[in-house]
Amino acid sequence: MIKTFPKGGIHPPEDKFSAGSPIQELPLPKSVIIPVCQHLGSPSEPLVKKGDRVKTGQIIAKSSGFVSTNIHSSVTGKVEKVDKFTDSTGYRRLAVSINVEKDQWEDNIDTSNTLKKQINSKAEEIIKKILDAGIVGMGGATFPSHIKLSVPKGKKVEVLIINGVECEPCLTSDHRLMLEKGEEMMVGVRLMMTALGVNRAVIGIENNKPDAISNLKTIAKDYKTIEVQVLKVKYPQGAEKQLIKSITRREVPSGKLPIEVGAVVHNVETAYAVYEAVQKNKPLIERVVTVTGKNIAKPSNFMVRTGTPVAYLIEAAGGLPEDTGKIINGGPMMGKALNSLDVPVTKGTSGILVVPQSESLRRPALNCIRCAKCVSICPMGLEPYLLRAASEHKKWDIVEEERSMDCMECGSCSYVCPSAIPLLDYIRLGKSTVSKIIRSRKQ
Amino acid sequence: MDKLITVSPSPHYYGDTTVKKLMYGVVFALLPAFFVSVYFFGIGALIVTAISILSCLAFEYLIQKYLMKAEPSISDGSALVTGLLLAFNLPTNLPWWIIIIGALVAIGVGKMTFGGLGNNPFNPALVGRVFLFISFPVQMTSWPTPIASRLQYTDAVTGPTPLGIMEEGLSQQETAAQLMEQIPGYMELFLGSIRGSMGEISAIALIVGGIYMLIRKIITWHIPVSIILSVLAFTGILWLMNPYDNADPLFHLLSGGLMLGAIYMATDYVTSPMTIKGMWIFGIGIGVITVAIRVFGAYPEGVSFAILIMNAFVPLINKYVKPKGFGEEVRNG
Repeated sequence: MIKTFPKGGIHPPEDKFSAGSPIQELPLPKSVIIPVCQHLGSPSEPLVKKGDRVKTGQIIAKSSGFVSTNIHSSVTGKVEKVDKFTDSTGYRRLAVSINVEKDQWEDNIDTSNTLKKQINSKAEEIIKKILDAGIVGMGGATFPSHIKLSVPKGKKVEVLIINGVECEPCLTSDHRLMLEKGEEMMVGVRLMMTALGVNRAVIGIENNKPDAISNLKTIAKDYKTIEVQVLKVKYPQGAEKQLIKSITRREVPSGKLPIEVGAVVHNVETAYAVYEAVQKNKPLIERVVTVTGKNIAKPSNFMVRTGTPVAYLIEAAGGLPEDTGKIINGGPMMGKALNSLDVPVTKGTSGILVVPQSESLRRPALNCIRCAKCVSICPMGLEPYLLRAASEHKKWDIVEEERSMDCMECGSCSYVCPSAIPLLDYIRLGKSTVSKIIRSRKQ
Repeated sequence: MDKLITVSPSPHYYGDTTVKKLMYGVVFALLPAFFVSVYFFGIGALIVTAISILSCLAFEYLIQKYLMKAEPSISDGSALVTGLLLAFNLPTNLPWWIIIIGALVAIGVGKMTFGGLGNNPFNPALVGRVFLFISFPVQMTSWPTPIASRLQYTDAVTGPTPLGIMEEGLSQQETAAQLMEQIPGYMELFLGSIRGSMGEISAIALIVGGIYMLIRKIITWHIPVSIILSVLAFTGILWLMNPYDNADPLFHLLSGGLMLGAIYMATDYVTSPMTIKGMWIFGIGIGVITVAIRVFGAYPEGVSFAILIMNAFVPLINKYVKPKGFGEEVRNG
């Protein structure tokens, strides 16, 4: 049976131009810039300095707290400097730049392609290896994975949900991975199940990827505890709470984590990274990145080392089109516009989208005509028109009462608005002000 | 890189629905009913529609440009919709100067005094219609006979509407069954070969346009269906209790402005509630008030008043009727 979540949602054009392009290994660039903060949480502490020689897979920054993780060098070469560089957020933040010399991996890393299905590690060992390898949620949230795999005391996990939805238009990195690295990914899923001590996993995939579905279904036949759930195409189904609702019918309470309803969600590419880390000792230093856009000559999926500049990826996909107006890190619904092409690929970069000039600018906003489209499509059951009005008039108490903090910023409201009102911009403003107010109240 | 790129917050894709497309969608949906009116009322329908639309557009343009000192936005189609709906709510023999007054009240008082599109609490076309109805009761209740008056404008042959015959007859102690003999049959009511306001006569043409709006997702079904169901339920109860003094539910459904009101007037975005629950409350309120006015009130028809009364409740409904939030009231299992 095909499932989906009941409340709200939209269906933007899918534009999966690169769906048919197999994952290609991208040649190494001349130099890489590896930010020490590629995850949600505190920045890692650099362990190298200018002039140091590093090997591929060598740790160069270590976890600096509970919500933090390790960072590894993705290349072999000489550290040029440890300094502030502009990253994909647009801010200048600490990073390690390395001049690439060759590609000599750390000795204990298995770089072969042999599939290792046999699982020999216990739960604690798996979690330790995941932290050591610096694995974070690769769907875009970049939350350190070892934390999500450690079950808090008093909680019980009933199901591990693997997110293969890829509901963002344009992106195809998860799709290609499920198609080409399905066996490895499935071992990763089993490793995660061992870590969580759970005996049921469901892989959710939208039915616009029939090849990936049949590939994983074939592989899953060998495992009674892993099932593939086909989902109807609907944005934002890849959002954690919506995916849990689609698959289990359970609603994560407002302000709570998925564990409240016995679920843990991980992205397919995270599962693959877990396989690489535990079975092959390979830290997270490369990932699949979709490079696409309406006017991109060769929409592609590349296996890219972290730290590779975005410009290098675009060159490999046929170069920057003449009429480029906007370059987005991620998909068109939730991705962030980049202000430079020199920023590096990080652990959370799932795609680079090049938007033509003609589609880069917003339409001028008109009066709200109260058509209620934003209310009917909000997957969280909010009233975006009201949050916008309250935010605009600085009525922060109303912004808070109307549950703005439940907004996950999927952008569906701005997408549907016939008056082209930037609803989400106003809601973001409201959310950031309200969270400041909440924090000051706690002090 | 030597050229400038845009940096803006997400989302970067936008849907292709615009206010303009929605408004012209409504206009398109009204065309079948318009053609039926032209067929039955001929020249009068054309004149009333032309005057109503042109004066609505003119007043919107003049008020925006010279009173509000703003960029006129008549191309958004909302004044066109108001003009067309106002015409639909008028008899086709109405003198031209009364139509212009109606347009001035609809656009000037009903819409622009509140700040223009999106800010008006009451449906502008209905504000215009009800103003004319109260100010010019004689002209507003003189109804041309279909087909017979196709080549006449203000000199048309006139007579009462089916609802008028019913109201008048029932007050003269006649039974509903007797009165139905004097009223055109259900097929005439359905097709529109009856006396009435220009655009309200043909249920089938209005329903066809309504289905078009549903398919194009211009409106949702909740408001029309809740109005129609509540009218059927209320009149059904009355009819079952006393079939001699009450017309049957089907008659109520097909006569007067119910279809026009339920499908096109009550669904006006600006003046209807934001949530599904709110739409049900709104629709049921309109249905109940309509029947109350028709059956117990002094006027034979009450759809316009019912919609305007419920328009007044919309801010209250929006304040207290909220959508159920995700994860708000958790049911697991």
